Amino acid sequence: MTRRPPRPPTALVVLGVLGFVVFAGPLTGLVARVPWSRLGSLLATPIVVDALRLSLVASLAATAVATALGLPLAYLLARVEFPLKRLTRAIVMLPLVLPPVVGGAALLFAIGRRSPVGELLASTTGLVLPFSTWGVVGAEVFVAMPFLVVTVEGALAGMDQRFEGVAASLGAGRWTVLRRVTLPMIAPSLAAGVVLTWARAMGEFGATITFAGNIQGHTQTLPLAVFVALESDRDAAVALSLLMVAVSLGVLVGLRRRWWSAR
Amino acid sequence: MKPALVCLVIVAACAPARSDTILVSAASSLTDVFAAMETAYEEVTPGADVVINLGGSSALRTQIMEGAPADVFASADGEIMSDVVSAGMVSGGPRVFATNGLAIAVPPGNPAGVKGLADFGNGALYIGLCAPEVPCGRFARMALAAAGVTPSPDTEEPDVRSLLTKIEVGELDAGIVYRTDVVAADGRVDSMVVPGRFDVSAAYPIAALDREGEGFVAFVLSPSGRAILRRFGFGLP
Repeated sequence: MTRRPPRPPTALVVLGVLGFVVFAGPLTGLVARVPWSRLGSLLATPIVVDALRLSLVASLAATAVATALGLPLAYLLARVEFPLKRLTRAIVMLPLVLPPVVGGAALLFAIGRRSPVGELLASTTGLVLPFSTWGVVGAEVFVAMPFLVVTVEGALAGMDQRFEGVAASLGAGRWTVLRRVTLPMIAPSLAAGVVLTWARAMGEFGATITFAGNIQGHTQTLPLAVFVALESDRDAAVALSLLMVAVSLGVLVGLRRRWWSAR
Repeated sequence: MKPALVCLVIVAACAPARSDTILVSAASSLTDVFAAMETAYEEVTPGADVVINLGGSSALRTQIMEGAPADVFASADGEIMSDVVSAGMVSGGPRVFATNGLAIAVPPGNPAGVKGLADFGNGALYIGLCAPEVPCGRFARMALAAAGVTPSPDTEEPDVRSLLTKIEVGELDAGIVYRTDVVAADGRVDSMVVPGRFDVSAAYPIAALDREGEGFVAFVLSPSGRAILRRFGFGLP
């Protein structure tokens, strides 16, 4: 005989449903405003096409950079003892609570055109980050990478480390253990971290407009295009917003099905 | 009982603001002068609490037309004001209360050696304008067109103050802002005049959106209000 799970308290159900309405309400308002008959022509304008392309390219590049740097950082935080570790972790988490505009201003002062690092970068490599697509990627890495670090660090700290010990005792080198034991064991969390990072990068607004500016085709991502369009052509803004919702929902649902279908 | 508590919290959050609060939506080029206006008005009107909401005029228009609470609207552009008027949201007719002109702003010391409007077509310089949707962007493009310059901006900022900030910190070599923004920047930028034959005269209309806002509008139009406007570099109609 199977036991049915106990019925949840009524108050819990009410609050839970209310919680969902907080998300679903604004989305409904957005969909209700969509100018369906003009949607096709609104989405085919160069501004929208450029913004979508730029958003996808920049967010994927930012996710790649954040993974390449964030995974090792998460490993250090989870497994290696070093001085000032708690402070290090707090600094890594900071972009999660910092207003993105502050992050953008910090980036300007650190690697802007007039900063020592920015001048060095420009004189040696010719690379100027503000007002360029690289600046967009930089802003997105800054705000999105904590999601990867937090998720992966939690998984590394929580996994059963005896498997790694066994592999090492059987003669596996450190890289082999990492590649064949550790990474496969944290794969679901890593995937979740990558998706969260991408999602945050895709929606980035404040740091981008502060650090990289706003020019169609170079730095104007979908969120920036929505912001500017809201002031001139509301139908276009709604169409752009719908596009963002569709792309994000599509990727999130698609990835979830692929990676978590076993659950 | 617990759901009742939740409802109570929601109702409390939706309760109307106190009626002696006057919400003023003002164009971002009015940032400093309206802060002074707020202080002066509150001094002469006991109990009044002026709250100023700043933004690009077009963003403010969007907020107002979508039903955001506001008692006064001060726009940097007559066309944007007429949108709000034709939507039937203005209680008294709009009045022009100030005028403004354009200026070329450069970082202190003018490190890139910008000389005038012609430099705005130089792709090697870092040039910023306001987005064409906001008045300062529209006026700047009108001035550049009159001077026969096709601009190559590296950024189109959503409002004039964010443009000014990027010039102040030296990220941009030059940008076109309002004359009063240069006054407000108080030495943090250097400036050049836009020659009179290319300059655009921006007229700022103000309107009360309901009865609560009428006192503040009258104050802005009064001799005391005009003195404050003059002090911040605005022209008077």
